[in-house]
Amino acid sequence: MSEFELQYKPFGKYSILIEWPQVISEDVLKSVLSYKEALENFDFKQKVYIKSAYNSILITYNIIINNIYDEVLTLKSVFNDNFDSKYIKSKLWMIPVCYDIEFGLDLEEIAKQNNIAISEIISLHSNTIYPVYFIGFLPGFLYLGGLDNRLQFPRKITPRLKVEKGSVGIGNSQTGIYPNESPGGWNLIGKTPINFFDLTKEQPCFAKSGDKIQFVAISRVEYNEITVQVDNGSFNIESKVTND
Amino acid sequence: MIKVLHPGFYSTIQDLGRRDYQHLGVPLSGAMDQHALKSANAILGNDENCAVLEITMLGPNLEFCCDTVITISGADLQPKLNGIKIRLFSATNVKTGDVLSFGRLSKGFRAYLAVSKGFQTEDILNSKSMYKGLTAASRLQKGDLIKLIPTNHINNKYAYVKFDGNIDVDIIVVNKGPEFEHLNNKQINQLFGQEFTISKENNRMAYQLDELITNSLYEIITSLVMPGTIQLTPLGKLIILMRDCQTTGGYPRILQLSEYSISVLAQKKVGDKIIFKLEEYQL
Repeated sequence: MSEFELQYKPFGKYSILIEWPQVISEDVLKSVLSYKEALENFDFKQKVYIKSAYNSILITYNIIINNIYDEVLTLKSVFNDNFDSKYIKSKLWMIPVCYDIEFGLDLEEIAKQNNIAISEIISLHSNTIYPVYFIGFLPGFLYLGGLDNRLQFPRKITPRLKVEKGSVGIGNSQTGIYPNESPGGWNLIGKTPINFFDLTKEQPCFAKSGDKIQFVAISRVEYNEITVQVDNGSFNIESKVTND
Repeated sequence: MIKVLHPGFYSTIQDLGRRDYQHLGVPLSGAMDQHALKSANAILGNDENCAVLEITMLGPNLEFCCDTVITISGADLQPKLNGIKIRLFSATNVKTGDVLSFGRLSKGFRAYLAVSKGFQTEDILNSKSMYKGLTAASRLQKGDLIKLIPTNHINNKYAYVKFDGNIDVDIIVVNKGPEFEHLNNKQINQLFGQEFTISKENNRMAYQLDELITNSLYEIITSLVMPGTIQLTPLGKLIILMRDCQTTGGYPRILQLSEYSISVLAQKKVGDKIIFKLEEYQL
């Protein structure tokens, strides 16, 4: 049984939404991921698509759900049988980031407003291990938790029309990487040469929910070197298996 | 091949979309009016997932560089082959050098051009649906060459389908969304007691509505959404997510369109009126 009280709701005629309490926490994340893994290993009678977010899982069926109550009972049984019995393997990915002013367009503004040295912003940002809650918003955009309070900074009132691919930013209590060029309202503090959504790979995004990310500060020269290696396919992101 | 002489207002290649990559934040995409997509493919004997050309509001000019059979479904943009009007929802033989053009939009908003065996454009993540940032092209451009498989002509008299259209429908059938229970009676009366007008903010990602709803709901922790989800913004605006929508969102999800109603809405344009009808689940 779960330590959380879960709600099961029909969401259209093809989907069921499972919801945890309205909080963002690593305990909820662990519970969501255990359930998700149990569902992914369950032998459904038809093809289903499973997605998760901070405190929810959406199961979408290929055909209209005939009897929502029976289906919910099935889903509940999957959870009871498997919860906590599985060991979820997750990885810690070391992501090189160049915090040069050239990329960190808003570093000076954050330093000024939050009364903190740029060197300290860099050290706080790169000394934290961030859990990946889920992927959404854009292909390969990781929702990360755990940003240090001292780095929190409101989104820009007027978003930039163009934020470059690989830009690392801060928006309120979140930090993240733009996987592709897009408009964006986050404050930019650096840039990574790493590709977060690569169509040439069988798994276009290397990270998954439950993994962890740590940023590693690199120089402008190293940024160029890694960019070349990423482009010719010779760069391997440093990673290690973690237990929790 | 088809040569694009003029791309029209907004023309894209679409199929049923990318279902397998949503957990990576990849939008579903696919034809806005999937009812019309499936009808067009059925008329030509194609697989229902064959790629077609989605034509919005103003049609393209296309020159055929091989023989094939085509059909046009969905909106009526008064299609003409070599200047002669052709029938919708009917198979039409096309010869090398023929030119397909369109006239004024008279009904609906999106037309679908299907060719025998489907367009053979690039497959990205198991779909040919164009989406900016994923596919090399995000819409048709002048001078584009679209690949197709040349096909022998068929006997026309077997290929006319009497079509039960979704164009004149103005009732949008909805189910309760995950946050519906947080609405009060006044809000529910506003939702189901008036007509809504399609705003000028309407595209493949979402349709907004002009009329506002009194809003007292809090934003939610970013959660999962899908095409057909109706979100209520803090300012009381209703946003109906469409096929290219993001996979997650933070506004309360008050209603969910039926699959058929998403296709109905896809044929609406700015100023058109719709009415919501709540369908309760069968117990």
